[in-house]
Amino acid sequence: MNSHALLVVEDLRTYFHTRGGIVRAVDGVSFSIGKGETLGIVGESGSGKSVACYSLLRLILQPPGRFESGRALFDGTDLLHCPEDELRHIRGNRLSMIFQDPMTSLNPYMRIGDQVTEPLRIHRGLSRTEAFKRGPAALREVGIQDADNRVRSYPHEFSGGMRQRVMIAMALITKPELLIADEPTTALDVTVQAQILELIREMQKELGTAVIFITHDIGIVSGFCDRALVMYAGRVLEAAPTTLLFEKPKHPYNQALQRAIPALNEKGRELYTIPGAPPDVSKPIVGCPFALRCEYALEKCVTSEILLKEVALSHHSACLRVQLGELDLTPASGAEIPANK
Amino acid sequence: MNTAIAEPPEAIERGTSLWRDAWHRLAKNRLAVGGAIVLLILTLASFLGPLLLSQSYETQDLQLGATPPSPQHWLGTDTLGRDLLVRVLYGGRVSIAVGLCATAVALTIGVLYGTVAGFLGGKVDALMMRIVDIIFALPFTVFVILLMVFFGRKFVLLFAAIGAVQWLTMARIVRGQVKSLRRMEFIEAAEALGLPTAQIIFRHMIPNALGPIIVYATLTVPSVMLLEAFLSFLGLGVQPPMSSWGVLINEGAANMEESPWMLLFPGLALALTLFSLNFLGDGLRAALDPRASKD
Repeated sequence: MNSHALLVVEDLRTYFHTRGGIVRAVDGVSFSIGKGETLGIVGESGSGKSVACYSLLRLILQPPGRFESGRALFDGTDLLHCPEDELRHIRGNRLSMIFQDPMTSLNPYMRIGDQVTEPLRIHRGLSRTEAFKRGPAALREVGIQDADNRVRSYPHEFSGGMRQRVMIAMALITKPELLIADEPTTALDVTVQAQILELIREMQKELGTAVIFITHDIGIVSGFCDRALVMYAGRVLEAAPTTLLFEKPKHPYNQALQRAIPALNEKGRELYTIPGAPPDVSKPIVGCPFALRCEYALEKCVTSEILLKEVALSHHSACLRVQLGELDLTPASGAEIPANK
Repeated sequence: MNTAIAEPPEAIERGTSLWRDAWHRLAKNRLAVGGAIVLLILTLASFLGPLLLSQSYETQDLQLGATPPSPQHWLGTDTLGRDLLVRVLYGGRVSIAVGLCATAVALTIGVLYGTVAGFLGGKVDALMMRIVDIIFALPFTVFVILLMVFFGRKFVLLFAAIGAVQWLTMARIVRGQVKSLRRMEFIEAAEALGLPTAQIIFRHMIPNALGPIIVYATLTVPSVMLLEAFLSFLGLGVQPPMSSWGVLINEGAANMEESPWMLLFPGLALALTLFSLNFLGDGLRAALDPRASKD
């Protein structure tokens, strides 16, 4: 991992101790992100991508959640174990988060202007009136019309897309170094999705903010991120610059995911799906978590412990057979990378 | 929404709070304003009225006895010949003071206790709520008698005793509200912004839980007034010859057949207060919910 990294996560394990057993939501995840970089985290529901990021902000309810191991160094501060006070100065100030559902992420009892500027009151010590004056400018930044009047509205008077814009304005008002976006477009319709992505990209360029972009849409990753992690059952299966991830898949799961993208499939042909279902993470998994669904899996995939290793230049894979040089994967149906820009 | 656009730009500069907003909305609600005015009149009359009247609440006229309303005694007299108007006004002092103070006590303790329990959750919550259960299980009258025995018959104790019982339900209601709010995304978002816990509670949680709190508070006032009447009836509350609405209603109920006015007027005063409070409470609840406003 490079020394200029803004955030270095090492062997993060977040387990939930529930009545039904220990749920290993995040099981040994390591990654780093540099200043101004965009890192995508892709994975299906329950793959641990959200929990991993919630862990970084320590938004995991403890108990039942627990950090079993690992650290997350943000500019030298371990986010997982630093004192609550220190964390509070980082949260919403140097490290912000945008949530999945803009409909429920705003306090219905607070004016938009007050909410957008709340980080300034907390972290810059501005009074309410002083902060409120900065509201219209912040709203204009994210493209909200008639911002001078809109600061006085309440969230229910805004549409979903506008609320997500408000969330973005709120997250970026303190000019954070790192922004975590947890599926920020999932709850929005497609046309609005594109606008929101464009907005995040613009703001990122303007402020030089690094972005961790969590999504289950592998297409968004290709158009939006410099680098991406593919997560599955709480682990990282593959990590690479986005172009390599698509052109030279190094893990059967990634390959299978791409084969299942409708746009890459021939029209009229039955869409490829991955057989089976994700494993139950409340039971310990020894080998590769994808082995049972993988068409290339051998006996040793299930029995031996497999770590994420660099298999090509800046390309990491957790596939044993790829690591051993036994398997050479081809990109999905030879098609172009989905155009998503 | 249209009003916001029509307002001059200076108005935008200062951030108006939920409270100021609510005030504007409340002022437009006629029932609520009417309720507030009636309450104000009743309170002023109770506290200032007796000063203007010549009779004292304890002046007896045994020869007169119970008489229906007349030019000398506007509301009539009771069985001991005491002027009912003066007694209703004096009684109002006690009832309104007890009603508002005990409710305020219950509100403060209940909201703080419930919020803390609901917010912290887990073992703290379980322990705090078991304490509530235990206090709930104590027989109220025994509790009051014990208080009186240990501290003597003081008027303040009446507030303390009633407040100590009324906050329990409030705490439960608030805890439930807070628990459900706790997992809302905007609370998580507030946490992600680095807001200290106390500010999350006061800025984000309590305003969202205000509706049920206010409704329950307006229901607490009448039940507190009736509790006071009950205690007075047992001889633990207001001592004769002092009066309260509860005491007067009790006396009136005993003499209902011969002198109905003795029940009618204190009853009217109590009913009027409760109606006004309910209208005001309902108006407040609506005014504090920004989603309810259509203007």
